[in-house]
Amino acid sequence: MTQSYDANRWKRFDDWDARALRLDKFAIEDPENGFSAFNGAADPKPGLKISGGKVATMDGVAAEDFDLIDTFIATYHIEPDIAEEAMAIPSEQLARMLVDMNVPRTELTRLARGLTPAKLAEAVAQLNAMEIAFAYSKMRARQTPGNQAHVTNAKDDPLQLSADAAVAVALGFDEIETTMRVARNSWSNALACCVGSAVGRSGTLFQCSSEEAEELEIGMAGFTSYAETVSVYGTESAFFDGDDTPWSKAWLTAAYASRGIKMRCTSGAAAELLMGFHEAKSLLYLEARCLCLQRGMGSQGTQNGGIDGAPLAASMPGGVREILAENLIAVWLDLECASGNDARHSESDMRVAAKVLPFLIGGSDLICSGFGSILKYDNSFNPSSFNGEELEEFLVLQRDFEADGGLTSIDDARALDLRRRAIDALSHVLKDLGLAEATEMMKRSVAVASGSNDTESFAPRDVAQISDKIAGDGVTVLDVIRSLHRGGFRDEAENLLFLVKLRVSGDYLQTSAVVRGGRVISAINDPNDYSGPGTGHRLTEARRKELAAIRDVLDRDEVLRAEAASELRESKSIRYQNMGVAEPGTDPKEIVVGLSPGFGSKIFRTLAGHQLSTVLRALKTGIERGGGTMRLVRFWHTADTSFLGLSAARLSGSGLGIGIQSKGTAVIHQKDRLPHNNLELFSNAPVTMLEHYEKMGFNAAVYAHGELPEPVVVPTKGEALGARFHARVALIYAIETSMTQDGATPEHEEVTFLEAG
Amino acid sequence: MSDKNLTSKDYPVAESDPENVTGNRGKPLSALTLDAVIRGDVDMEDLRITPHALVQQAQIARSVGRSALAGNFERAAEMTQLPQNEVMQIYELLRPGRAESKDSLLAVAQRLRREFDAPLLADFIAEAAEFYEKRGLFQKRY
Repeated sequence: MTQSYDANRWKRFDDWDARALRLDKFAIEDPENGFSAFNGAADPKPGLKISGGKVATMDGVAAEDFDLIDTFIATYHIEPDIAEEAMAIPSEQLARMLVDMNVPRTELTRLARGLTPAKLAEAVAQLNAMEIAFAYSKMRARQTPGNQAHVTNAKDDPLQLSADAAVAVALGFDEIETTMRVARNSWSNALACCVGSAVGRSGTLFQCSSEEAEELEIGMAGFTSYAETVSVYGTESAFFDGDDTPWSKAWLTAAYASRGIKMRCTSGAAAELLMGFHEAKSLLYLEARCLCLQRGMGSQGTQNGGIDGAPLAASMPGGVREILAENLIAVWLDLECASGNDARHSESDMRVAAKVLPFLIGGSDLICSGFGSILKYDNSFNPSSFNGEELEEFLVLQRDFEADGGLTSIDDARALDLRRRAIDALSHVLKDLGLAEATEMMKRSVAVASGSNDTESFAPRDVAQISDKIAGDGVTVLDVIRSLHRGGFRDEAENLLFLVKLRVSGDYLQTSAVVRGGRVISAINDPNDYSGPGTGHRLTEARRKELAAIRDVLDRDEVLRAEAASELRESKSIRYQNMGVAEPGTDPKEIVVGLSPGFGSKIFRTLAGHQLSTVLRALKTGIERGGGTMRLVRFWHTADTSFLGLSAARLSGSGLGIGIQSKGTAVIHQKDRLPHNNLELFSNAPVTMLEHYEKMGFNAAVYAHGELPEPVVVPTKGEALGARFHARVALIYAIETSMTQDGATPEHEEVTFLEAG
Repeated sequence: MSDKNLTSKDYPVAESDPENVTGNRGKPLSALTLDAVIRGDVDMEDLRITPHALVQQAQIARSVGRSALAGNFERAAEMTQLPQNEVMQIYELLRPGRAESKDSLLAVAQRLRREFDAPLLADFIAEAAEFYEKRGLFQKRY
């Protein structure tokens, strides 16, 4: 390789250029052009005048100049009998109340009913990111946190939808949402997810995101139980561009309730900017308008926090803090908050994890308003912050922080059982209702497939025919329930009936309602009552254990089992023979190698996987190449590498010794040195190769001549060796230390190598 | 409990008073069993929320200070009486530039009041007509 030193740039920048982060594009703050998170060029000062029980001016605009959004907010959000008291409180004081655990949530939600959008925005803008996160945790409506999954695939394959829905249910998602690659496939997707979500347990709410009229019809047929597609915007022009008004959206809001279907609105930062109608206002102020509007419309909740605009919001300084801040306004307004963390705002995994953390540790009604439970390429909404690929990372984050993100681990046997059950149930329904026939090959391919690239199943065109037939035949959820029953899927039939019966009482239309353990819980019967440590949401011991139970967790027995497997092989390679008490040597050529207590008796491989016999052979070869001889001594008073080395050196006729632990950590020591001031140390056993041990033996012999060799450097590639090995290291080391005895005498070991190296 | 206003203490209604939670044909929750579905005794009307249930949910919402949500449930209670195509046609008419004039919205309001006994919805539409006129929304948009 030729090296050029003529570059006119520090090459670290090349390294940085290659990071995924650099795919993200960042924008400069430009308030005139809508690029400002908190300080828009045209953001109004808060203010409110009420005359004759009606709003006369709001945030600097007189009633006669109100646009439709102002009008709606003034009419339906502002409660005049609270407004005067609430608006008189300085924003700084409101901000302090938000983070004061002694001010009850209900007092703040009461005041919010009298606060204008500019006032709400001004108050939350006083808070730093940590304060916003804390306030969010205190102010969110339902105590128990939850999560929502996306279940879609690139082929709109109903078998895969059903299987993936069943897995999402098992993982613990409270809601699942689907959408289509091809619009006309909506009925098929709805039926497939509906059946899959009834496998395993009842109560997972389901929505099919599609065109408004059709979505309502699918809901009326009983396939879906909630909706979150009613989008609102913070400027009138954006609203009109979206082909709606506050009144048309409020009409839809009532329409869902009138059919017993749970719904929430949607809004998120930067939607107006994306649509070109920002009015030089900040992201936060426009969101405050959206959220006041949603409360006024009588929506129980909101899908809020950047949403599709999250990548654009995150391109600005403070954009992610703003996303947190708008979520805080949502819960301050007493709305259920499905808090975004869906559309992936960055190519950087670190930015993604950092963004979700406040919601994971603080909780949220639905932490992600679309966690991709499927692979990225199968997500018809576009990739989420977390996807099928990263799902286990989320499970581990829950375990790390002992924070309930709503999900629970699933083992592979159960996952496969559920997938097969869901596929069988749906295949039966498709056949029984004369919609389609799935072959055995299709079913088998879908059951084991991680994503649609691996399936041989229905293609989008087949699905269009299934979908048209469902709509054309007027199939309802009752037909599906009866069909499931006919096919022997009685539990699934019961589960589906349970779900559709929720709409009769309407209990799940209330704020932040989900179903847990067969019961509706919401902000009414499970209100967030946080008032300081020991209050609010706390993990039960059972749930804590559930979060801890991820797969492949090491324990001491597991380590010993793995070693036992190596024992037989070692017994064919080497024989140790105890020769009694080890005396100090006199041979100036000898190098004493000090073995740890469990070396070759309890532990048989180094962390790099080398058999201990081959390591001893390498040391011996090296020592002899350097003109020395090897003497083995087993120590019982210590398992510490430095002391093994120093003790070996003190027994050695040359004054030079090597200490080695069974996990492969090794040191060269000299008898007159301080314990931790060694000559050479291999501290990274997992990357220490046989050639390094041989070189270590050689160097020890060279030191014994009084010469200075080239020290052995074990190269690393920057692996997080601690993460990979420390759990095993600690368990192995505990086994070794438990074998030590204070003051125990060192013993001379003879070894015989039984095979040629 | 039919005449008394419900509060958060009565929630969830399906648990506190299941016999009085009925679908649109009067069947209580306890009658909506899988066996009844299999026998063909249950149809989608039995799984429809009633105006009564929505009014009760409105009372519960209001008891915990959520009057805006209660207002929506009350509008929804009236809307249960509207056929689906009516709901969607009025939605369409409320979109920007769909109604040609204030009068066409006012006519809808009047129909809601007269034919569907829906005064809240009627007021809501009449109010929209007022504000749409002020903001020039009756121009056709392409």
